[in-house]
Amino acid sequence: MIITKSKKLEDVLDSLKGAKKVLITGCAECSTVSRTGGENEVKAMADTLTANGFEVVGTMVCEIGCNKNNVKKELKQFKDTPYDAVLVMSCGDGVQTMAGNVDVPVYPASDTMFLGEVERVTLFSQACKMCGDCVLGRTAGVCPITKCAKSLVNGPCGGAKNGKCETNPDVDCAWILIYNRLKKFGQLDKLEVSNDDKGHKINLYPATINLKEEKANE
Amino acid sequence: MSNLQKALESGKFAITAEMAPPKGVDFSHQMSVVEQLRGKVEACNVTDYQSSSLKASSLGLCIMIKQAGMEPVLQMTGRDRSRMAIQGDFMDAAAFGIENILALTGDHPTVGDCPESKPVYDLDSVGILRAAVQLMEGHDCGGNELVGNPPYYYLGASVTPVYEPVELQLIKMKKKIDAGAKFFQTQGVYEAEPMKPFMELAEKYGVYLMAGIIPLKTAAMAKYMSNNVPGIRVPQDQIDRLNAAKNNGLPEGFDPKDKDVKKKQSKNQEEEGIVMAAEFLAEIKEKGLAHGAHIMAIGAEENVPKILEKAGF
Repeated sequence: MIITKSKKLEDVLDSLKGAKKVLITGCAECSTVSRTGGENEVKAMADTLTANGFEVVGTMVCEIGCNKNNVKKELKQFKDTPYDAVLVMSCGDGVQTMAGNVDVPVYPASDTMFLGEVERVTLFSQACKMCGDCVLGRTAGVCPITKCAKSLVNGPCGGAKNGKCETNPDVDCAWILIYNRLKKFGQLDKLEVSNDDKGHKINLYPATINLKEEKANE
Repeated sequence: MSNLQKALESGKFAITAEMAPPKGVDFSHQMSVVEQLRGKVEACNVTDYQSSSLKASSLGLCIMIKQAGMEPVLQMTGRDRSRMAIQGDFMDAAAFGIENILALTGDHPTVGDCPESKPVYDLDSVGILRAAVQLMEGHDCGGNELVGNPPYYYLGASVTPVYEPVELQLIKMKKKIDAGAKFFQTQGVYEAEPMKPFMELAEKYGVYLMAGIIPLKTAAMAKYMSNNVPGIRVPQDQIDRLNAAKNNGLPEGFDPKDKDVKKKQSKNQEEEGIVMAAEFLAEIKEKGLAHGAHIMAIGAEENVPKILEKAGF
């Protein structure tokens, strides 16, 4: 799940300066769960923009805001509706998917925070930094790349106090969590293996994955 | 071969002292401290933006110390430098004759005074040790050969004896040994007991352990460190002892708000802290719980010779 946070309204209004006819879009996936771009948020934003003098020409919650072709099809309903800006209430990917489908400026209403899990309805926690080389198999399902503030690969630094991270006393030291779980599973030997620091070539961006090409090259 | 390596390998109880570069470009105070330490310590550690507080770099002051005829220990954290930058700095160090290196993870930028700085951590402390070994083997992190003779380093790392679960620190210590660490300097310790398993591991693998000693300045500082600094635990009786020393030599009915009284109370506690550090140093040596000691006086380096003298060095 891509977790987003709503931008401050004043920043959204400021970015829309000069626009008159605005189309507002959200996303039925992550942004709905994040409560930044579901039906409710899109409707509330339409009311707010109207109250602030914009003409909201339409609203739409995309089924999957990061699927280019899907969004293209969904936009057809507005082909006869002129608009000079799109306010996208989804992650940065959704904003760019929209930008690739329209010929007017697009503006983000959200900040994209992290790939995380829904712990409960309103609590999200970062779980994966998408490092491209998953280590969870040797760390008892706790990600040190994401949950250790220093992304250490060989065990903890000396910075934990009472089991908590030096960067935040509310956050558990990932390596102590990993130790406890590996110990429980009788897998402490995994902790004794020295790991290479991650290489960063694998994270070269912008990245693309082309399954057809990969299959052809196999 | 560095003095530090010679001392440790010859079985001498080796002493290192730690200092920080200035937050600025005037190194004169640091160099006057170096003069006070000359002949009394094997080497001076120079911290690498300790506590994530921006200062002049470790390498710069290390070079100046080396040029003054004293021996530095270059502290290198992974916080601010990629593997390329680390190996480049290591090559500079070797070119200036600096051999001792202490590899550290480094405190996170957000706990320091430039909290927006990018946390790099391209290499962890194990990786930093390996990066130095790669250079010693004549190649860089990309596998490319170095031109000319490869450098030589005497590699060290740190351990935190007061840690729960301690096994996790011991596992990482072993990884650091495997990666090339020959000596270890511990986080500040105030009790002998936690040193034992680390000393056993050091002896087992033929590496050297230096007990970290942070002299206490006041009871308030001791309490604060014990409550807030990771890896530091000051037993209550030591805090009580500083408190008890506080009013030594003050007349009855003194005014606790008087500036001179406060000054005297600070001085009293600092002096007691020096005695306590000296006693602990002697205890560690006597009990064979370390092969040396690393004194971190945190801005009061002029006290290091006093501690050594009182401890019988």
